[in-house]
Amino acid sequence: MPVRELADKKIWQRRTTRMQFAAWFGWLLGVAIFVYCWRLISEKTIWFFVQDAPQQAADMAERMVPPKWSYMEQLWIPVWDTINIATLGTLIAIIIAVPVAFCAARNTTPSRTLVRPVALFIIVSSRSINSLIWALMLVTLIGPGVLAGVIAIGLRSIGFCAKLLYEAIEEIDHSQVEAIIATGARRSQQLSFGIVPQILPAFAGISVFRWDINIRESTVLGLVGAGGIGLQLDASISTLAWTQVSLILLVILATVIVSEWVSARIRHAII
Amino acid sequence: MSELATTRRWKRPPFIQNPTLRRGLWVGAAIYLALAFGTMEVNWERVAEGTERGQRFIAAFFPPDFVSRWDSIEEGIMESLWMTITSTVVGIILSVPVGLGAARNLSWRPVYLFCRGILAVSRTFPEIILAIFFVKLFGFGPFAGFLALSVGTIGFYGKLLAEDIEDMDPVQAEAIKAVGARWLQWLNYAVQPQVMPRMIGLGIYRLDINFRESAVVGIVGGGGIGATLLTAFDRYEFDSAAAILLIIIGIVMALEYTSGYIRKWVQ
Repeated sequence: MPVRELADKKIWQRRTTRMQFAAWFGWLLGVAIFVYCWRLISEKTIWFFVQDAPQQAADMAERMVPPKWSYMEQLWIPVWDTINIATLGTLIAIIIAVPVAFCAARNTTPSRTLVRPVALFIIVSSRSINSLIWALMLVTLIGPGVLAGVIAIGLRSIGFCAKLLYEAIEEIDHSQVEAIIATGARRSQQLSFGIVPQILPAFAGISVFRWDINIRESTVLGLVGAGGIGLQLDASISTLAWTQVSLILLVILATVIVSEWVSARIRHAII
Repeated sequence: MSELATTRRWKRPPFIQNPTLRRGLWVGAAIYLALAFGTMEVNWERVAEGTERGQRFIAAFFPPDFVSRWDSIEEGIMESLWMTITSTVVGIILSVPVGLGAARNLSWRPVYLFCRGILAVSRTFPEIILAIFFVKLFGFGPFAGFLALSVGTIGFYGKLLAEDIEDMDPVQAEAIKAVGARWLQWLNYAVQPQVMPRMIGLGIYRLDINFRESAVVGIVGGGGIGATLLTAFDRYEFDSAAAILLIIIGIVMALEYTSGYIRKWVQ
């Protein structure tokens, strides 16, 4: 307990003097880094445009209302595509993520020195590349369209699902597996009767959670040409059709809210 | 008896208990999949063309070309890093008052609703859509990306901060109140020490997310490495693209490793 004595009176302090200096130095360093970064960004900004922004915003808001409701007729198919991209992408991701997760979990991996690092590398590289970048790559490779979006979402989600799943596998109760071994089960039987039932709820929860995230991400994949409602958004913005833009934003908002509600309900029912 | 034991076989209980619901879900899933694949338009010729391109792309990783576009790669990466740091700092600073206001046990009802509203709105739209609008308003460059990431950070961090404050131990808070602390002192000595370790970890996690996002806001003109990557793909310069991707993966891995280390050290 850091206590300082001052004229025979004990004064309690939260930190010792040394800790105080360390904290102060930490703050100094942080502020210095921030100021340096800020100066560099500021150099690249045309401040005239920034000053102009409130006026621009008011102007844009004015052009965006009222939303062009009749445009909705053309939006149903993109919304359907968006949902398909998210759902099929999640499906692909799950199918690939399950074996990867079993290879990455310490207690189920066939080989810790050979297979586990490979599985971990798959997880990390899938996770560190944003789905929009995956989509950008796939559009150049296999052409624009829904398929590129599905694969992009799938590739991005493998890492996420596999990581959470292998953590769930590592946290299982081992005594149940032991009980199954004691009955003379083969390795595949151990897996299917000892481990799978324990991780099934977590697995379902992870899939639904990722599906919810994927709905959000698939709304923007169209910006690089990978299908879904993002295509309409991009087209409307580049033709300055602001009343269409506001309708699209409302549709995205509604889709995201509905998907969040669905996923919350399903997860609530499982857990 | 022995006859019964041999003929009865144990079956594992199904995951969904209700049989009608279970079969209904299977049928529903089958219909959905049929519809989804039926309506998906795929140009298989173009896909077949892509395999050759894909091979070239994979070949471009051995070795990637760091040199010929190094100037723009360096500039993009630096911009991304500045954007990451500034937007994380500004976003967290702004999210503290919002998060305090959105904690039910701390704030006044109208303030609570107002702050929850801010968090809900800033969380709904992906950063990239925010970036499109900020680019329109503030012009091209890292400033627009910085703003988009800051708004995203407010939504993420403010919500988690509010939830953490709602979950805190009220006994400690009461004790500090009992010694006659003013509201600010109460915040500083009762609330802050309880939420701090987790919030530092989340702050670093957000730094990580912001870097990943900063790599894509460039696609819509928000500055950073995304613009360089887009150009590389548009010109089919796969070897430069491979170099950029490797740099991004490297930085993300470094960040993830450090953030895991710091989080362990804080807790």
